Amino acid sequence: MDDFYRDFILDHYRNPRNFGHLTDPDASAEDLNPLCGDQIRMEFDVDAGGVVRDVRFSGKGCAISQASASMLTETIKGMRLEEIAKLSKDVVLENVGIGISPTRLKCATLGLRVAKSAAIGEIAGWPDEE
Amino acid sequence: MIALRSAQAIAADFPILHKPTSRGKRLVYLDSAATSQKPQAVIDTLVAYYSEYNANIHRGVYEIAERATAAFEEARAKVARFINADSREVIWTRNATEAINLIGYSWGLQNIKPGDAILTTQLEHHSNLVPWQLLAEKTGATLRFIPADDRGVLQLDNLDALLRGAKLLAFTHVSNTLGTINPLERMVAAARAAGATVLIDGAQGVPHLPVDVKALDVDFYAFSGHKMLGPTGIGVLYGKRALLEAMPPFLAGGDMIRKVEYERTTFNELPWKFEAGTSNVADAIALGTAVDYLSELGMDWVRAHERELLGYALERLAPLEARGLALYGPRDPAICSGVLSFNFADVHAHDLASILDTEGICIRAGHHCTMPLMEKMGWPATARASFYVYNSKADIDALAEGIEKAAHVFKV
Repeated sequence: MDDFYRDFILDHYRNPRNFGHLTDPDASAEDLNPLCGDQIRMEFDVDAGGVVRDVRFSGKGCAISQASASMLTETIKGMRLEEIAKLSKDVVLENVGIGISPTRLKCATLGLRVAKSAAIGEIAGWPDEE
Repeated sequence: MIALRSAQAIAADFPILHKPTSRGKRLVYLDSAATSQKPQAVIDTLVAYYSEYNANIHRGVYEIAERATAAFEEARAKVARFINADSREVIWTRNATEAINLIGYSWGLQNIKPGDAILTTQLEHHSNLVPWQLLAEKTGATLRFIPADDRGVLQLDNLDALLRGAKLLAFTHVSNTLGTINPLERMVAAARAAGATVLIDGAQGVPHLPVDVKALDVDFYAFSGHKMLGPTGIGVLYGKRALLEAMPPFLAGGDMIRKVEYERTTFNELPWKFEAGTSNVADAIALGTAVDYLSELGMDWVRAHERELLGYALERLAPLEARGLALYGPRDPAICSGVLSFNFADVHAHDLASILDTEGICIRAGHHCTMPLMEKMGWPATARASFYVYNSKADIDALAEGIEKAAHVFKV
C-alpha cells in the first residue's frame, strides 16, 4: 500500500485539478462513502451535443479519493455523457496505477461513481461492484 | 499472581499476537476500542462447549443440557459479581447497542411522554444517540445535549438546568473517540436530585475500569463482551431489579414465558423475561471465561496499565507535534482511558492507517461512529490508537515509528 503514494498521487492530492465549482452547471451529483465519510461533488458544463466541456469537483477525504477524482476530471473532460455513464473502474485503476488494497477500492472509485451519477442523472452503482 | 506479570507475558496468552502479518511483520494491535483480541482460555471455552456439551439450555433433562444450562447461568453469575450486581439483574443481549435499544423500546415507550426531555451528551457513540432520536420521534419528547469542550471534557456548569424536565439521562462512561472518562458520580447525583433515570453506555467502561453498579447507583448499564476479551455477539444489560420488573418485555417468544395460552401469556421472571428465543449460549459461557481472566488480572491493574501506556504514548509522540501531529482529547491519563485520537499533518487518517498497516500496526481511522462529535470538533476524520491488557510500550514505539514512516511516504 505504501507503494501507492507515489509523487503524482501526492501531487493530485495536494494540488487537485479542476477543483471548485462551475457557476451554472448543466449536470451535477454528489455522494459520500459512508464507511469513511469521504465526500465528492462533480459538476459538468455540457454542450448541445452532450459533450462535457468543463468539469469541477469538490470534496474532502483521503489521498486516494481526492487524487482519483482529480485525475478523473482530466479523463472525462471532452467525453460524451453516454461514454462517462459506461466507464468501468478500470479507468480509475489505470489512472492511479498499482497498489490499491481491496478495502480502499471504494475510496478510489467514489469520484467515478459521482461522475457517472451526474452523467445519468441518478445515483449510479458502485463501479467496483459492477 | 497475574497482576505482577509483564504485558509481554500477558500477550503470550493471545495467539493472534504471535502470528506474523502477510508482510512478515509483528502484529501491533492498537484497535481494542473497536474490539479486543481473545486469550486462548476464551477460545478454548468456545471449543469445549461445541465439542463437549453443546445442547439447548433451560429445556433438556439430559446430562449435556444440564451442563450447558449450568455453565450459561454460572457465566451470568460471574458477570454479575464482576460488576457487583445480582444475577437476576444481568440480561444477555447481543451487545451494548441491543441493550440500549431494549431500554429505548421497553422502558422508553412506557415512560417517556410528549414534552419530556431526554438528556445525553455531545460525546456519544451513535449507539447511544440514534435510539434516543427514534424514541423522541415516537413519543414527542425532546433531546438535549450536555456540551463538551475542545478537549472532549463535558461542561457540567449547567447540568442541573439541563436536567430540569428530563426523564432520562443517558451517557457514555468513557468516550470511544477521545477516551474521556466522564465523572459518573457527580452526574448520577445530579440526575438523582432531578428525578431522572440514568442509563450508562459502558461499552468502553467495563472493559477498562473497575465498575460497581451498586456503588455508582446507576439504573441501567450496557456493555459488550467482545471489547473485554470475550466473543462477539454477546453483551449485557444491567438494570435495577425494580425497574426491570416494571418494564414490559422487549422481544417475545420462547424462554421468556411462564405460561402461554392461545389468547394470553404470563411472562417469565427476571432475567429470562428479556431473553426470548435460544440465547447465545456459547458466547455467554466464553464471556464468563473472559471475566475470569480480567478478574485474575484485577481491574485496578488493567486501569493502571492503560494509564501508564497512555502517559508513555503522550510522551513518546510529543516530539512529532513539531512536525504536524495533532493529539486530541483530554491528554491527561488521570481522566482518560487508553484511547488516543490524532491526525498527522495533511495525511488523511485513512492514508495514515493504510501506511501503518504495511508495518503490521492496526489502528482505526474515520469518524468512530461519533459523526456529530467529529463535525462539532471540525475533524473530517481522526486516527485512533487504543490500548488494552496485552499492549506494551514497544507497541507505542512501533506506532511512533509508523508515523515517521508516513511522514517519509507523504514527504511531510
